[in-house]
Amino acid sequence: MISLTIDGREIQVPRGTTLLTACRQAGADIPTLCYDPDLRLAGSCRMCVVEVKGRRNLVAGCVTPAENNMVVETESPDVVESRKIILELLLARHKLTCHTCESDGSCKLQDYCYRYGVTDSRFTGEFHDGPHFSKEDANPFIKRDYDKCIMCTRCVRACEEITGAQAINVMNRGHHAKIATIFDGNLEDSPCVFCGQCIMVCPVGALTSKVAAGKGKSYQTEKVLTTCTYCGTGCTLELNVKDDKVVGVTSVRDENWSPVNRGALCVKGRFGWDFINSSDRLTTPLIRENGELRPASWDEALDFTAAKIKEIKGEHGPDSLAMFSSARVTNEENYLAQKLMRAAIGTNNVDHCARL
Amino acid sequence: MTNSINELEADAKCVFLIGTNTTENHPVIGYKIKQNVRKNGAKLVVADPRRIELAEMADVYMKFKPGTDVALINAMMNVIINEELLDKEFITNRTEGFEEMAAVIAQYTPEYAEEITEVPAEDIRKAARLYAEADTASICYAMGITQHSTGTDNVKSVCNLALLTGNLGKPGTGVNPLRGQNNVQGACDMGALPVTYPAYQKVTDSAVREKFEKAWGVSLSPNNGLTLTAAINKAYSKELKGLMVIGENPMVSDPDLKHVEEALDNLELLMVQDIFFTETARKADVVFPGVTFAETDGTFTNTERRVQRVRQAISPRGGTLPDWQILCELSKRLGYPMNYSSPEEIFDEMKTVTPSYAGMTYTRLEGKGLHWPCPNEEHMGTPVLHKEKFNRGLGLFHAIEFKDPAELPDEEYPLILSTGRNLFHYHTGTMTRRSSALNKHVPENEVQINPATAERLNIVNGEKVKVVTRRGNIEVKAKVTDIVNENVIFTYFHFSEAAANMLTNADSLDPVAGIPEYKVCAARVEKI
Ligand code: SF4
Ligand code: SF4
Ligand code: SF4
Repeated sequence: MISLTIDGREIQVPRGTTLLTACRQAGADIPTLCYDPDLRLAGSCRMCVVEVKGRRNLVAGCVTPAENNMVVETESPDVVESRKIILELLLARHKLTCHTCESDGSCKLQDYCYRYGVTDSRFTGEFHDGPHFSKEDANPFIKRDYDKCIMCTRCVRACEEITGAQAINVMNRGHHAKIATIFDGNLEDSPCVFCGQCIMVCPVGALTSKVAAGKGKSYQTEKVLTTCTYCGTGCTLELNVKDDKVVGVTSVRDENWSPVNRGALCVKGRFGWDFINSSDRLTTPLIRENGELRPASWDEALDFTAAKIKEIKGEHGPDSLAMFSSARVTNEENYLAQKLMRAAIGTNNVDHCARL
Repeated sequence: MTNSINELEADAKCVFLIGTNTTENHPVIGYKIKQNVRKNGAKLVVADPRRIELAEMADVYMKFKPGTDVALINAMMNVIINEELLDKEFITNRTEGFEEMAAVIAQYTPEYAEEITEVPAEDIRKAARLYAEADTASICYAMGITQHSTGTDNVKSVCNLALLTGNLGKPGTGVNPLRGQNNVQGACDMGALPVTYPAYQKVTDSAVREKFEKAWGVSLSPNNGLTLTAAINKAYSKELKGLMVIGENPMVSDPDLKHVEEALDNLELLMVQDIFFTETARKADVVFPGVTFAETDGTFTNTERRVQRVRQAISPRGGTLPDWQILCELSKRLGYPMNYSSPEEIFDEMKTVTPSYAGMTYTRLEGKGLHWPCPNEEHMGTPVLHKEKFNRGLGLFHAIEFKDPAELPDEEYPLILSTGRNLFHYHTGTMTRRSSALNKHVPENEVQINPATAERLNIVNGEKVKVVTRRGNIEVKAKVTDIVNENVIFTYFHFSEAAANMLTNADSLDPVAGIPEYKVCAARVEKI
């Protein structure tokens, strides 16, 4: 263990701890943009700079190891000024349209500008005169508005290090730098698998879901943790709910709440949820009458079914009835389904599509 | 799975995939395997009749002829035995039947298997060495192994391979079926099977039956019930009169749809409970509107036996009822009241008759869930099975001979048709085809055809063609690609308007599991 002083507080951390971790452990709220605990370090945004006594330059906390007896200031005037400059530089090429932005309220750039009172940029002109990056990409899943991109490269790293797709990378240098697929094409023509991990890690509104677009901002939705309805991997996801409607899917990256997937999803889990609100949903029981199915009340339909089951059972015995339960409904429902067949009807004719 | 999913990212030094297109069908597991290969240098062996995505990064890729799994695995074992790469200690202490199995394996030299499988003998040798020499090696498989008339043999062969090398009972090893549907594991665990009560307790075992008779307060049938495919056949022959279908769509998912349709038409009662007006619901006498996973509480059990919570996010749509309430209402009207105020109450009853779930409660499932078996409330669950011993005590080797698939290509139907899934769709498509983005991205079916075959038939990429088998035909877009071999074609089963199961064979069931041979039937492609 080594000990150091952070904002006047002495703390102990294991050797090898980064300054960023040490500062956070000491209770300092260090802003970060490119830092992501699950991804390779980029050390590029420099939002996490802190002042170390005796050093001439500010240091980036995420890439600097904590040392014994260090004395650190995390919000000194120099630190604050440096962060403001970084934010202003980012705003210089940023299409600042928070009012219509999907990420309004859950955007780190917005949060930090608020925190440091940065309203616009002294490096003006660049956005209006300089290069534009927004990308019309016809895919139905992901909107890529690179005029809001802050070049933190978290999407690039997530794509490679979580999904393993390697679909996107940094293209060009300097203030022409941008995120692109090879040859700057559409995602569809790249190895992209539309997992949306890039959306998950994007700290601003550059990458957003087209399926959820316009349906509610993050702070307007309630998040309900549940298990994906598709394949047997059993990923944890969060249904975003607004006005009793599912309006989006996000994920949590905490292993204690997302044990299988730690936030990673596939295209079905992340984008395949609007069937829930489909106008095709069955909403009333139906009974066949004169060859046609017509709406019926629950009581009528249930009575009809029960009577028919009893009739068949009476005439042909319980084994003339069978049930296909479902690999899609819950354990509780499967338990009841087989109990109904076995205990209420008296047959073991119950199966489901495990084999199909 | 005998082992848990995250071991595939962290612990397995070699991953052997056979009959699983993991990156499309279990994408998140696919990511983990890729990371293990890239970050930790794990070895990857892939065996699949199609050059799937993971084949590209495999150390050895074996493009084998559909239906020759047993020959391929036997040949790997032949190499392992001959090159003394087997785990003698494990075989002595934990298994039986080795000699009988080895006697059969002796003739399956890689050269002999090459004739059957079309995989170069040298690749079989390399694959066997990679798998056997790794400290920990995990086998994953999916429907590519099971959907064959020899599905049970295939599974046994996979188990043989793991036993032979001691790759069971420790992290990073195991025989790991990747199950296709969110709760297929749970449906099996809960006894939605014709031969077992919850937790695989046999309906024919009188002690077990007495226990359930006591718990449920009725006398129970001592006879095994009908499997799904058998039930369809009995409906066809009019011995079965009434069928209740919950959230399934046999009119798309089952083999030989013409046969299914006639069978359903013969029923006196077809009850369907679903969220959409499915192809099967259209045939029903009565339809109950159920709810989606977003509208109910409960639990799902994933492919690694982890039981996790499902939480209600929104109220049931329109006039729908949660499926558990529908079942309770029906049971009450059948004179057997089942009264529960919540899914949790059902869970609490279920676990009293389900030893492997006995230690679970909703409170304990918060967060990370629990892997069964979890026999009591102090137990932390079991991510790795068979640590000290197998269920039956010693692990049993099976001597398995290769058998041809049930329907082989001939002059009239010269190609092998395999069916499966696509990344962007799920099962019979009832949900994904109504998910706007997914259906926009992949709106229609395709049949994958090798360029040489396409050229011979004068077919170009994107052209509509007719795929014909002895059961029927569909019209579908041709995708010309060399991921399939010249004698193989492949199509998806998600699309009811070009339904793969119009083509598949309902007569070629695995004799034990009753699973249809979706991975092999004889077909031809016609230009339209
Ligand atoms: S990305 Fe952030 S700062 Fe930019 S417009 Fe959206 S909310 Fe505002
Ligand atoms: S959607 Fe997934 S694969 Fe595509 S660019 Fe984003 S992270 Fe990469
Ligand atoms: S998100 Fe994708 S991989 Fe995960 S459970 Fe759902 S369908 Fe399976």
